[in-house]
Amino acid sequence: MSQQTSHKPLVKKIVLTLFFIFLLAPIYWLTVMSFKTDTEIVTGLTLWPQDFTFANYTTIFTTKSWWSSYINSAIYVSLNTIISLAVALPAAYAFSRYRFLGDKHLFFWLLTNRMTPPAVFVLPYFQFYSAFNLIDTHIAVAIAHCVFNVPLAVWILEGFLKGVPKSIDETAYIDGYSFPKFFATILVPLIRSGIGVTAFFCFMFSWVELILARTLTTSDAKPIVAVMTRVYSGAGIEWGLIAAAGVLTLIPGILVIWFVRNHIARGFAMGRV
Amino acid sequence: MAEIQLKNLRHSYYPNPKTDADYALKEVDLVWEEGLAYALLGPSGSGKTTMLNILSGLLSASEGQVLFDGRDVTTLEARDRNIAQVFQFPVIYETMTVEENLAFPLKTRKIPTAQIKERVHFIAAELGLTSLLKRKARGLSAEQKQRISLGRGLVREDVAAILLDEPLTVIDPAEKMALRRTLKAVQLHLGVKLIYVTHDQHEAMTLADRVVVMDDGEVVQVGSPEELFANPAHKFVGYFIGTPGMNFIDCQLAEDMLIVGQTRYKLDAVTAKKLAMQSGGLSFGIRPDFLTLGAEQPGFSIPGTVVRMENHGDEHIIAVDIGGSQMLARVEDSVCADVGDAVHLIPSGEAIRIFAGQHVVPLPQTTFGGSS
Amino acid sequence: MTEFNNRAWLFVLPVLVIVAFNAIIPMMTMVNYSVQDIFGPGNRYFVGREWFQELLGDNELRNALRRQITFSTLVLLIEVPLGIMIALTLPKTGRWVPFCLIILGLPLLMPWNVVGVMWQIFARADIGLGGAAITALGFDFNYSRDVLDAWFTIVTMDVWHWTSLIVLLSYSGLRAIDPAYYRAAQIDGASRLQVFRYVELPKLTGVLTIGIMLRLMDSLMIYSELFVITGGGPGSSTSFLSQTLVKKAIGQFDLGPAASFSIIYFMIIVTLSFVFYRSITRVQEGE
Repeated sequence: MSQQTSHKPLVKKIVLTLFFIFLLAPIYWLTVMSFKTDTEIVTGLTLWPQDFTFANYTTIFTTKSWWSSYINSAIYVSLNTIISLAVALPAAYAFSRYRFLGDKHLFFWLLTNRMTPPAVFVLPYFQFYSAFNLIDTHIAVAIAHCVFNVPLAVWILEGFLKGVPKSIDETAYIDGYSFPKFFATILVPLIRSGIGVTAFFCFMFSWVELILARTLTTSDAKPIVAVMTRVYSGAGIEWGLIAAAGVLTLIPGILVIWFVRNHIARGFAMGRV
Repeated sequence: MAEIQLKNLRHSYYPNPKTDADYALKEVDLVWEEGLAYALLGPSGSGKTTMLNILSGLLSASEGQVLFDGRDVTTLEARDRNIAQVFQFPVIYETMTVEENLAFPLKTRKIPTAQIKERVHFIAAELGLTSLLKRKARGLSAEQKQRISLGRGLVREDVAAILLDEPLTVIDPAEKMALRRTLKAVQLHLGVKLIYVTHDQHEAMTLADRVVVMDDGEVVQVGSPEELFANPAHKFVGYFIGTPGMNFIDCQLAEDMLIVGQTRYKLDAVTAKKLAMQSGGLSFGIRPDFLTLGAEQPGFSIPGTVVRMENHGDEHIIAVDIGGSQMLARVEDSVCADVGDAVHLIPSGEAIRIFAGQHVVPLPQTTFGGSS
Repeated sequence: MTEFNNRAWLFVLPVLVIVAFNAIIPMMTMVNYSVQDIFGPGNRYFVGREWFQELLGDNELRNALRRQITFSTLVLLIEVPLGIMIALTLPKTGRWVPFCLIILGLPLLMPWNVVGVMWQIFARADIGLGGAAITALGFDFNYSRDVLDAWFTIVTMDVWHWTSLIVLLSYSGLRAIDPAYYRAAQIDGASRLQVFRYVELPKLTGVLTIGIMLRLMDSLMIYSELFVITGGGPGSSTSFLSQTLVKKAIGQFDLGPAASFSIIYFMIIVTLSFVFYRSITRVQEGE
């Protein structure tokens, strides 16, 4: 009995450490590689750069097709997060406060959009967005990504709004607030954590998506995910450069997680993820 | 069943407690006798939960000992203590049937299947769960689930005590009575020791043979419900038990006279001397149940003005201003008085208690008995 | 009781417009294409169910579906138990908690094709740490030549990528269990295994349903990672539904068959998700 209890934390620690090594090993390798020269990469395995260099990062920051692709990604991801939140908030409010004709079906139908494989949409999107002359614009990708982010945002926000008692709405109206004023100055601040969590998920899913982003852009709005694929399939692969570009794609995610970490922790505590 | 003894027990959540205020549980010396139902009564924050956790083995007391039938269990964990617990909200294994729930504590102790079956059926009958045995526990009402929780403790024949932590909190008022009756019946039939934690004096008084009253980390009095009502040893017991609670009026001692409002009580020399020696302010305590309205009796009745009346059906609660402080009296319906009337409150002499600071001053029953 | 109010539709309108723009109109286009043979603008013929009939007998689709189901089953069978186990070993409080959560979040925040790129490098025997390690153990490891190696690589990659999701969901579920349940189990003398079986698992079914559904749906859609790492090969041994579809739609520009494929694909996902959801909820009710 006492033997078992003294062993258990150790076993736990070992299991956890092994899993974290598994998670971190590929990232470590990518990072280390980004500081190596291509010669060092192809000539042999070194656990640490022998010839430490920032050249790969310098190339990215000085080549327009590279750095502008990061900006392109950042633009459409931000646009998408804003649009998703803006349209999902009122809808989530409606789902949490009212029953209306077809509400259940509508909710389920929204969720089926989260189930649709982006590959299914590739063909019609290309033609459809071409027809509106939207190909190769940031807004095209931002709107296209709404197809999976809006349902998700409605779903998460609805959960948070349900936690706000209805009496708050009524008190505000009695106090003479108009609906838009109530929404902006009372309701939104109350569900800050929910909005933080939702923004995080919208950001994440838009940032990691490749198929639609690649289909809808050709050059001016080409995102980093697509640029990487293109460089990659070319001949004479520059491994160090690709590794550096990959490492850079992790940074926005880490920044976002850092900024919303408290909201996420609270979101966890409320039992919604 | 077992006798549980707490010896010089103290507990603090701080590593190095210095003052008394650092202790969540102040020094306790207490024997929980075999086969009796106990209630642990006190407001939230009074240390009830700390006491309960020390009994169950979740907490290890920082000082002192816990003895079960003389065996020191101070450092043993819950599973090695033969204690069962019913929590505030129903804690059951939702994926199991009622029968599996009841059998579980026996199964983990490797008791033969036939014996388990027999015991489970016996306890289920005691708790009125027989018809539900094959049902999934998940769909049952909160009251039925609490019966299952209780049953999981009762099936174990070796159980030393069952701790109940405010088990009626989430139960519908209509079903509370039924569950309370079952608790009482089970306790009588099986002679099991129940320790019932509550902040509700009615629950404590109706269920328990002995009530342990706690306030601010301290056990202020232990006694039968009647004793606590008649002879509160501590001001807290006075106003926490009884509805409304005991009246306490600050009073002064002047030579051999005790001044309460505008009334001066003549004391005998021994009493006067005893009171003069007390440290802490004196107060005059009387339960509203022992006050009536009547004609003036100089040196005994307390004059005042009626400021409020509450109609409680067959009786009234009358609030009387006696010059700066208020006294409540519980009087029968037939007594007529209106707000603003000048009245005289007549106390029952043998029910008057004098407190010094927080504690009662032991005086003979006849001290105030003379003049009525 | 919530109010019945059809004005609520006004609040839902923006969502409807944006989703209609993105889902309804494209879906209608697909249905339209799926029943036509298109040679160019203004040169199309109505062919009815022809493409559907052809596709249903098509070996390429069938094989892709078979591989897809194998892959999805495999990753679910690994990720769900592993995720629960890791969630159980995570510390509940302390200064390591935020640190652990951020590490767990890393794989989820990486663009999917970057995940592919990273594993493509990592699993190579010549320049990758993982591939080199396996080779050092005496295996002849090459995922671009050997089917088994390719499968091993993509399954490991998916486990790396998505186990965290199950861990995070299970962890939040475990944290929501009231300590009283553990106390009761301790008093009843339950073993660690019994605590898991009768206390923890029943409380996890809710979050696990969400987690398993998300994993099932997303594993059925997997594309970007594989596009980089194996490109569907060797041969077409790791070519799943999305790869096959994109190849048809973009590579061969067979609009009609691609559209019919899309519709069948969509139906497969919705059906599988629905069947799975029903069976999970039924198991829960039957418990």
